[in-house]
Amino acid sequence: MNNLSPHGFRSADEPSRRGFLITMVGAGVMLGYARRGLADQSTGTAGDLFEPTIWYGIDRTGTITVNIIRAELGQHVGTALARIVADELEADWAKVKIALVDTDPKWGLMLTGGSLSVWQSFPILSRAGAAGRVALIEEGAKLLGANPQSCTARTGAVHANGRSILYGDIVARGNMRRAFTPEQLKAIPIKAPRERRLIGRDTMALDVPSKTNGTGRYGIDAAVEGMVYARPKIPPTRYDSKVVSIDDSKAKHLPGYIRSLALDDPSGIAPGWVMVCAESFAVASQAADLVKVTWKSGDAAHVSERDIQNRAAELIANLKGGAMLVEDAGVDAAFASAKQKLERTYTTSTVMHFALEPVNALAFEKDGVFEIHTGNQWQSLILPVLAKALGRSQDKIVLRTYLLGGGFGRRLEGDYMVPPALAAKALGKPVKMICTRADDMRFDCPRSPSTQVLRMAFGDGGRVIAMDHQAAAGWPTAVMAPSFLPKDAHGVPYDPFASDGADHWYTVGAQRARVLLNDLANRAIRPGLLRSVGPGWINWAVESFMDEAAHTASADPVAFRLRMLDGAGRNSGSAPNAVGGARRQAAVLARAAEKAGWGAAMPKDVGLGIATTFGQARSMPTWVACVARVRVDRASGSVTVEKLTIVIDAGTIIHPDSALAQVEGAALWGLSVALHEGTEIVNGQPKDTNLNTYTLLRMGGVPDVEIEFVPSTETPVGLGEPATTAVAPAIGNAIFAACGARVRHLPIRREAVLEALAQRA
Amino acid sequence: MTTFNLNGRSVSVHSPDETPLLWVIRDEIGLTGTKFGCGIGMCGACTVHVEGRATRSCITAVGAVANANVTTIEGLDPEGRHPVQVAWTELQVPQCGYCQSGQIMQAATLLKDFPNPTDQDINAVMAGSLCRCMTYIRIRKAIKLAASRMRGGAAQ
Repeated sequence: MNNLSPHGFRSADEPSRRGFLITMVGAGVMLGYARRGLADQSTGTAGDLFEPTIWYGIDRTGTITVNIIRAELGQHVGTALARIVADELEADWAKVKIALVDTDPKWGLMLTGGSLSVWQSFPILSRAGAAGRVALIEEGAKLLGANPQSCTARTGAVHANGRSILYGDIVARGNMRRAFTPEQLKAIPIKAPRERRLIGRDTMALDVPSKTNGTGRYGIDAAVEGMVYARPKIPPTRYDSKVVSIDDSKAKHLPGYIRSLALDDPSGIAPGWVMVCAESFAVASQAADLVKVTWKSGDAAHVSERDIQNRAAELIANLKGGAMLVEDAGVDAAFASAKQKLERTYTTSTVMHFALEPVNALAFEKDGVFEIHTGNQWQSLILPVLAKALGRSQDKIVLRTYLLGGGFGRRLEGDYMVPPALAAKALGKPVKMICTRADDMRFDCPRSPSTQVLRMAFGDGGRVIAMDHQAAAGWPTAVMAPSFLPKDAHGVPYDPFASDGADHWYTVGAQRARVLLNDLANRAIRPGLLRSVGPGWINWAVESFMDEAAHTASADPVAFRLRMLDGAGRNSGSAPNAVGGARRQAAVLARAAEKAGWGAAMPKDVGLGIATTFGQARSMPTWVACVARVRVDRASGSVTVEKLTIVIDAGTIIHPDSALAQVEGAALWGLSVALHEGTEIVNGQPKDTNLNTYTLLRMGGVPDVEIEFVPSTETPVGLGEPATTAVAPAIGNAIFAACGARVRHLPIRREAVLEALAQRA
Repeated sequence: MTTFNLNGRSVSVHSPDETPLLWVIRDEIGLTGTKFGCGIGMCGACTVHVEGRATRSCITAVGAVANANVTTIEGLDPEGRHPVQVAWTELQVPQCGYCQSGQIMQAATLLKDFPNPTDQDINAVMAGSLCRCMTYIRIRKAIKLAASRMRGGAAQ
């Protein structure tokens, strides 16, 4: 609130903001300073603030401020993480706040993606909370004159023999010097699930009030005195574009127009960018339409969607190349001896992020430090890039944290910070860049088009004896962080985020999964990580194929899958993340089928389709099953989704209502990608750049959605993405059940349904 | 210079008449609760009230609101406790939250026109308000909750 006066108008003082405290009780957003901690996790402090680890502090009033290193992009992650700390700490939840912290090396990896936040943070924050409890009990016991063994901690106080002392009073009066080494922290036991008092129970998310009254501060709201606004001229190709000339003669008459600046970018993130600068964004935007830039473009200027897909087919047809995700012996022999074989090809179109807040950033230098104000999902990845672009060391750059107006993987890239930073350096004044929607779309890192060929070999009685899966797509990680690429058994690198899902939990006999980098996609469009990433297109293929395979084997699609989800061998699962293995996937599948009335007679042209996935990765499976009920209009080919039934097992649920919200959103996201979204690359650019032609799910297309969580005390796993992965194939399979039309391309357009109906007839 | 009434106060702004109202509100006046999404009036994030009607401020020239009453999310209710805002909080509607100022402003006018909205009314009126997080299920519930509270209030 430091830049809003009581009348709601911005005052002139510059928004020097650091930590971003969000209060508990509806007061909206408060700005404050997150205290700087020491270099490692175990600090131990004396004075006004007790900080047993870097993850939170307790002040003399008993207020507990939990430091959140994850981005708030809709998942209410700060609330979930604070609940984990507060539960072990036995805190009074009414005293808990969260601080969305700025970058600092002490936080370690700053990354919000892959549905990893709770799973990664749970063990760390649980022990941090437990450490605080131990220390407060020790010191509280002294102040109460009691034996620590006879003390209990509950609701923000230490109790002994009918007396109690509040945490704030312990901090104020005690000598809180207790510190924990990393080894001690690791050794601290956490509570048994039955002792949990906050985890698994609902609360109001701490970020919600500020999102209902206009006070929530997003990157686009960042402001500083004297800043210049900029809108970019995006070059014709992502790579290798060069500015030949700039003609701004038509913009010069606009009052407030400053200049058009060609960027010189040592980091290579923004080659050929021109920043049109003005005293207001309205003028910068108008001027950008008038400024003419001539470029020498890169060699991707004529690449089309079809070129990319043709390249994928070519890569798959070549038996050499690619990485082997799964490589059992005997696949070819099984196919040679098969009684029956099935081969199908599945494709998906380019999909755009369309985060509603177009990418933007404010950059300026202050006191020798370059500040970048914006929301981002992977700060640790962009800092070294910014250092290279600006020619300064990382410790002289700080990213100030804001709410994100949608992430969905777009803001795992920090590329949008580079142009305003370079412009601010060149102009010697603060520069705030805002992309228009069309700029944002052309600068997006879309979900790559994909092509997959799946084959299955059947033995006697329709038994599955082998499966072969070939998947070709752009690989986001190969662009963003090539050093992150793991290697297969032959030392060939692969992108797990573009491969996960092909290593499924079905027992299929001899199995092979080969994943191929579509080099043309990577050269032309800079493929990105879009909510659920590879599992979004790979499960489209796997689960559509399982349905086709069931029909080939004259089996019921549920029974067919259940037979293969037997938990045998490598599919038996392992502790701590995949206890139960494929049997847990079988359980959600069976439950979803039961819940949705699988097998019941359906009205004419209405069908049920089912799909099941393990969410994001074998190493962190979230077990999902979805039944879609759809109605097909045979005359127009249009598909109406009437109902989605989803059953999900994500282990321990920290914050049930937020978990439900994530699954609701993810399910509808899956529906949107299945029926409404998708574009194509034309001349190296997405064809659709705004809502006049890029369509998304809106209110009228929302079906009835029923969601059930499997009660569990297993390791908490991801929730932000998994439900997206099962929806599209469930819809495709339901279309087949409704009218016999088999669709094998995403998005499912009515023309494709009509064509499939015609083929059937 | 254009003079209009914003959230009950008279304001005079210097932006040229053709400047989109959105940028005048956000950049010249400094109220940032109203958001920029598509710039072509098709996402609804920039929705404000002009004379009580839901209006896309990104495609409304500031000159067109001269002397008019304009309300933004900040002025919908002095305490931020409009029944729609209360329902939004109770049902935990927002995810990323970026579209929600616009959703709330649109829903507030919907309830003036349809005090007891059907699903079809909600589909029709909210069709222009995109939520990328896909919070539509809760938006619908919250509109109905706010409607029932407002009807109850009116009856008393």
